[in-house]
Amino acid sequence: MATKELDREAYLRMLKIRHFEQAVSALITEGEVAGACHSSIGQEAAIVGACMALRRDDYMSGTHRSHGHPIGKGADLNALMAEILGKATGVCGGRGGSMHLTDTSVGSIGESAIVAGGIPIAVGAALSAQVRGTDQVALTFFGDGAVNEGAFHESLNMASIWKLPVIFFCENNGYAAVTPATQTHGQPDVWVRAAGYGLPGICVDGQDFDAVLSVTQEAVTRARCGSGPTLIEAKTYRFDEHCVGLFINGSYRTQAEVDRYKSERDPIKLFRTRLLERGWLDCDLIDLQARAQQLVEAAVEFARNSPFPAAEAAYDRVHATQIPIRR
Amino acid sequence: MNNAKTARMTYLDALGLAQREEMARDETVVIIGEDISLYAAGGAYGDIDSKRIRSAPISENGFAGMAVGAAITGLRPIVDLTIANFIYLASDPIINQAARLRSMTGGQVKVPVTYRASMWHNQSNAAQHSDRPYPMFMNVPGLKIVTPATPTDAKGLLKAAIRDDDPVIVFEDNDLWAVREEVPLDTDFVIPIGKAVVRREGSDVSVISVAGCLPHALAAADDLAKEGINAEVVDLRSLLPLDAEAILTTVGKTGRVVIADYSHRTCGAAAEIAAILAEDGFDLLKKPVRRVVTPDVPIPFSETMEKPLYPSREAIANAARGLM
Repeated sequence: MATKELDREAYLRMLKIRHFEQAVSALITEGEVAGACHSSIGQEAAIVGACMALRRDDYMSGTHRSHGHPIGKGADLNALMAEILGKATGVCGGRGGSMHLTDTSVGSIGESAIVAGGIPIAVGAALSAQVRGTDQVALTFFGDGAVNEGAFHESLNMASIWKLPVIFFCENNGYAAVTPATQTHGQPDVWVRAAGYGLPGICVDGQDFDAVLSVTQEAVTRARCGSGPTLIEAKTYRFDEHCVGLFINGSYRTQAEVDRYKSERDPIKLFRTRLLERGWLDCDLIDLQARAQQLVEAAVEFARNSPFPAAEAAYDRVHATQIPIRR
Repeated sequence: MNNAKTARMTYLDALGLAQREEMARDETVVIIGEDISLYAAGGAYGDIDSKRIRSAPISENGFAGMAVGAAITGLRPIVDLTIANFIYLASDPIINQAARLRSMTGGQVKVPVTYRASMWHNQSNAAQHSDRPYPMFMNVPGLKIVTPATPTDAKGLLKAAIRDDDPVIVFEDNDLWAVREEVPLDTDFVIPIGKAVVRREGSDVSVISVAGCLPHALAAADDLAKEGINAEVVDLRSLLPLDAEAILTTVGKTGRVVIADYSHRTCGAAAEIAAILAEDGFDLLKKPVRRVVTPDVPIPFSETMEKPLYPSREAIANAARGLM
């Protein structure tokens, strides 16, 4: 992809995530969404920077904060929004919901609401690519909280032993739910943990799209040519609460901190400034924003107009080779 | 391969043969587990690419989850968890991922992974190496569970598990490893998952056997026959799905049921079978259902404490006598 085209697509995908999350928040307020939703606002550059380094047929797994990842990978918004509204036309037929968006058509093999659960899945996809002799790679998104799960450590070690084509991508937003990483990590950096397993660890500014893209491209190249895995830590920030609409009785971060990130470290504003410096016209960027908004509005419309699944659908698609289901 | 051919082999040999045949037949079959390379060097998997044999670090949670990722992207992994207690470390990816992803993705993926867990009870290994954990996994929709009790079933059910497009746990019985019989050599010999088999026809009492209880159930039936009690022995073979039809058919013949099950009493496999009988076979029962199971205690080390805990030939026969 030429630079200009790549920048355009990256900016559009970041805006799609931003508008999508804003639309979901509005739907929650209006009572149209059941269950928990976790917004990716503030983390768009990390997500899209990582995804734009991948091919469509590369694999990607993720987390309960699951809306941004498939959008970053290029998924259709209609089916994602319909899934969040629990509709039959949802990408998972209404069986997964907000925390588990999966769109295999773009290589999204599953978002896991079990913290660190998606990490071994990506290692397995990488093993599969290696055994089948394809040049696909797998990238797994996880947060700073997941780094304290055994699955993270076991996965890094296995990927290192077998030189698997996998990129471990930590979106370190500083908080595991409402607990600061400073209270749960023995030292502040995730990337240094790579050294314990013999793979490269890289730290990058997660609010800087270009920087994220660049380090992820290097990691993808390493993986694709058989040189093994990389751990990337993108330092980023979550603008919303852990869970949209979550009421926190007591403070775990200051409003001043949130305001500072929103005004100074908004990844979309930062990328917009970068694009203007590169000669993009303001009107073109406004058009892209309108385009993103339009796509999201169409997705909401599609989702609202879609039917809910029949109750009987709960019994479908449980197995690939059907067995009797006892009721 | 001549379909009529058989060879005399042990339960353990039959498991190895199943694995070798499937690895030769399908290059997407891979095996993952601890100490695997040692077995490979000994020729356990035949002449296959070493890429397909992953001798894993002791990371049950990690490699059980890795197998799910491999399964949904085109491989057909066999995960050898060795001793069944270790399945607890692997239970998160088995339950939260393998069993769920087909449904949670709306059918976008299939998860053809086989987990092998060998139950090493009755050998003075104490409570962390002696479990029969199958009931816990019977409560996990999305899984399939098979429990071979003969060398022929060990081959046929393991092959069926590997070929199945869903996650299957094969709970093997280490107590049966040395049992020998003639086993079909047909490379396409499989035993369908979810179908029980009547091992001995009878009309007075049914012994429904779960997993490795089968030899004790058959021996008990021999003893009962000498007393003029004609026992039918049903080997369930699979626990998920349970062959409810076979359970109801045998109670229809005899009206009296003893369930022999190595799992603990509370919420064991026998409890679910008894519930099926109570709900759907009540009118066919002449006497209450009897369970011969393992009491609710951690398995102790010393054999004087351990051995009496499990279902035995004597306990099964006594339970049957009590129903006559």
